[in-house]
Amino acid sequence: MYVAVKGGEAAIRNAHALLAQRRRGDASVPEIGLDQITGQLSLAVDRVMAEGSLYDRELAALAIKQARGDLIEAIFLARAFRTTLPRFGASVPVDTGAMRVRRRISATFKDLPGGQVLGPTFDYTHRLLDERLATQAGDDADRTAAETTTSARPNVPPLPPAGEGWGGGTAPTPDASPAGEIPAPSLPSSDRTRLLPSSTPETEAGNIRLRSGRGFTGARVHTSGEAAEAPAGPMPRVTDLLGDEGLIEPAPADDGTPPRDLTREPLSFPADRPLRLQALARGDEGFLLALGYSTQRGYARTHPFVGEIRFGEVEVSLHAEELGFAVPLGEISVTECQSVNQFKGSATQPPQFTRGYGLVFGQLERKAMSMALVDRSLRFAELGEEKSAPAQDEEFVLSHCDNVQATGFVEHLKLPHYVDFQAELDLIRRMRAEHAAEAEAQAPDVAEAPHKEAAE
Amino acid sequence: MTALARTASGMPAITYNFAYLDEQTKRMIRRAILKAIAIPGYQVPFASREMPMPYGWGTGGVQVTAAILGANDVLKVIDQGSDDTTNAVAIRSFFETTAGVATTTRTRDATIIQTRHRIPEAPLRAGQVIVYQVPIPEPLRFLEPRETETRRLHALSDYGLMQVKLYEDIARHGHIATTYAYPVKVAGRYVMDPSPIPKFDNPKMDDSPALQLFGAGREKRIYAIPPYTRVVSLDFEDHPFAVQAFAEPCALCGAKGVYLDEVILDDKGGRMFVCSDTDHCATRQAEGHTGSMSAPYGEGQP
Ligand SMILES: [Zn+2]
Repeated sequence: MYVAVKGGEAAIRNAHALLAQRRRGDASVPEIGLDQITGQLSLAVDRVMAEGSLYDRELAALAIKQARGDLIEAIFLARAFRTTLPRFGASVPVDTGAMRVRRRISATFKDLPGGQVLGPTFDYTHRLLDERLATQAGDDADRTAAETTTSARPNVPPLPPAGEGWGGGTAPTPDASPAGEIPAPSLPSSDRTRLLPSSTPETEAGNIRLRSGRGFTGARVHTSGEAAEAPAGPMPRVTDLLGDEGLIEPAPADDGTPPRDLTREPLSFPADRPLRLQALARGDEGFLLALGYSTQRGYARTHPFVGEIRFGEVEVSLHAEELGFAVPLGEISVTECQSVNQFKGSATQPPQFTRGYGLVFGQLERKAMSMALVDRSLRFAELGEEKSAPAQDEEFVLSHCDNVQATGFVEHLKLPHYVDFQAELDLIRRMRAEHAAEAEAQAPDVAEAPHKEAAE
Repeated sequence: MTALARTASGMPAITYNFAYLDEQTKRMIRRAILKAIAIPGYQVPFASREMPMPYGWGTGGVQVTAAILGANDVLKVIDQGSDDTTNAVAIRSFFETTAGVATTTRTRDATIIQTRHRIPEAPLRAGQVIVYQVPIPEPLRFLEPRETETRRLHALSDYGLMQVKLYEDIARHGHIATTYAYPVKVAGRYVMDPSPIPKFDNPKMDDSPALQLFGAGREKRIYAIPPYTRVVSLDFEDHPFAVQAFAEPCALCGAKGVYLDEVILDDKGGRMFVCSDTDHCATRQAEGHTGSMSAPYGEGQP
C-alpha cells in the first residue's frame, strides 16, 4: 500500500526552524550586533547596499545577519524590501567633483592638484594573516600592532595623541556630516590607531613608498616636502584636467532627458548608456570583474588607464518644487572610477582619449573599476569599434549581470521538475524501444535488447 | 504601502500592503494584463518587481496573482499538479499571510488557481482564472538567444525557425522531441510558450472557458489567453500533434486519461503510477474509485 507524499508544510516549517537555529550558532557565544556588522564588516555592508540598490547601512547589516553572511542572499533581502518603498522623487545628480575625499588616486599622473590620497586601502598591505586579530582583545591589540610597526621604523615619528588631527588637523573630520535621514558612515576606530603623521617621506630604490593613512598625500609629499599637508582645497577630477586641453572626450552633455529607471520599467534593447550604467551599478561584482578582466586579456581590449579612483562622501539633495531650490538630504559614500582609454578620432575630429565610468555605493573599488572597463567596452558601436567579445554584447552583459535574477534561476533547478521529467522519460523509453526494434530487425541475434529495456 | 517611518533605533519600520505589492505596482501589472488579454499570446513587457521569493520560483505568477487578487477570492496553488509540494505550500502561505484570503485545494472551489507545470484534470469553468508561472516566456529563445531578434520574428510572424526545429527533431529522433513547454499558436497569430506543462495538458488550453494568464518575473513578461480562444499545438500533417498516453491507470484511484507521476518503490525496478493532480485523485478516491494499490478508503489518509 502506498500513500502519496504529504507533509510539505510541516517539513518547511521544521527546515526554517533549523535554519534559524543554525543562523544563531553557538548560543554560548554572544549574538552579533548590527553595529558590529556595520562597523567591522563595513565592506560587506557596502556590497549589499550597492548590489541591493538600497543605501541604508543598518538594513544592509540586518540582511547580512539574517543571511548568515551569504551576501547574495543579503542583497536579495535588501532588494525585496527596497521594491516596496514608495518613491517621492529623484535626487539632483551628485557632484563627485565636490566629494569630501577620503581616498583619491590617479595612475596617470604622478602629481596633480589635490595630490594622491591613499586613505583606508588594502593596497600595499602584505596579505599575511594577522593572528593578533584572532584574539578578542580588539582595539587594544590593534593599537599595539600599530605602535610596534611604528617603532620598528626609526624615521617615522610615534603616533599623535588620539584625536589630534587626521594627518595635520586641517582636514574635515569625517564624522562632521550634516544631519540627514541617511546615516553618515563613521570611520572604524581601528583606522584611527593606524593613522600615521607624514613628516618623513620614505623612498625605496627611487620609488615613493606610500604608506596607508589619511594625511599622506603621496607624490605631493615627496616633491614638496609639505608632509603634514592634508588634502584640503579643491580636488578636480582627472578627467576634467584632461578635458581642459581637449585630450579626452567630454562627458556627455546633460540634455535634460530624465534617465529611464531600470527598476520601474522592463529592460529593453538597445539600452542607452544611462540604463547600462544603472544595470552595471547593481550588477554582480564577480561577474563584472570577470568581464572587465576578459577585456584586459584581449577580448575587446580597450587599453585602459585608471585616470582616477576617488572614494568619499557626496551630498544628496532633492529639488523641492515648492521652495524652488535643492534641499540637502544627507550624504552617501561612493566610489567613482574614471578610466582613460585609447583614442578615437576622425577626419573632422582630432584624436582624443575615451572614457569608461564606474560609480558605486560605499568603498568598492574593484567593482567601480570593473564597471568602468565594461562600460567602456559596451560603447564599442558609438566609438566605431569592431564587436568581437562578450564584454561588448549588451544583451549578454545586461541580461546576466544581476545576481538576484541569476541565483534565482540557477537555484530553481532544485524545485521539483518531475512532471516534465516524466514526459522526457516516456519519450526516451519509446525512442529506445524503437531503436531496439530496428536493431532486432537488422540483426535477429540481439533479440534480448527489448527485454532488458523493461527492467531499466 | 511600506511605511518609511523609522523605529526608535533609527531603522525603517517594516510593514507591507495587502498581497504585498503596493497599489501603484498592482495598477501597472493590471494594465499589462489588460493589454495581454487584448493581444492573445503576445508577450507584454512589464516592470517586474523583486519579490520576496527567488526569481525562477514563481515571481511572475505571484505578481499576477497579487495584482488580481481580491479579498473574496479563493486561491488554489499547485506545483507539479500537487497542492502539497514545497513551493506550492510556500506560495499559498505567502498569500495567506500577506492577503489573508481563503485558500482551497479543490479545483472547482477556487476562483484563482496559480500553477507551475500542470493544468488541473477537472475542466475549468467560466469565471475562473488560472495563473501560470513561466520561467522562459519566449518560445524562440533556445533557437535565437537575442531578444531584439525574437521580437522582430514575432512581429513578422516569422516562425520558420520553430518549424525547422520540429522537423529536425523528426528527422533525428523519429519524433518531435519536445515533451513539455510544447509551442502553441494562439488565435491564429502568435506562437506562445505554454510554460513547462507537459504537452499532455496543451489541449486543455484550447477554447477554455477560464481566463489564462502567464507571468514571467525574471524575464519581465506577461501574456494571456482570453476565454474561448483557439490554441493549436504546432505540428505537421504527416506528424500530427499527439499527447502522451499511459499504459496503466492510476494505482490509487484507477483514473485513465490523466497525467501520471511515476513513483519508484524500491531499487529492484518496482514502480507505480499515480495521478499527478492530487486533488483529482483524492476526489475520485473519496467518490469510491480504487486502483491496483488502493487501501480501503480511509486507511492511510492523514
Ligand atoms: Zn489517481
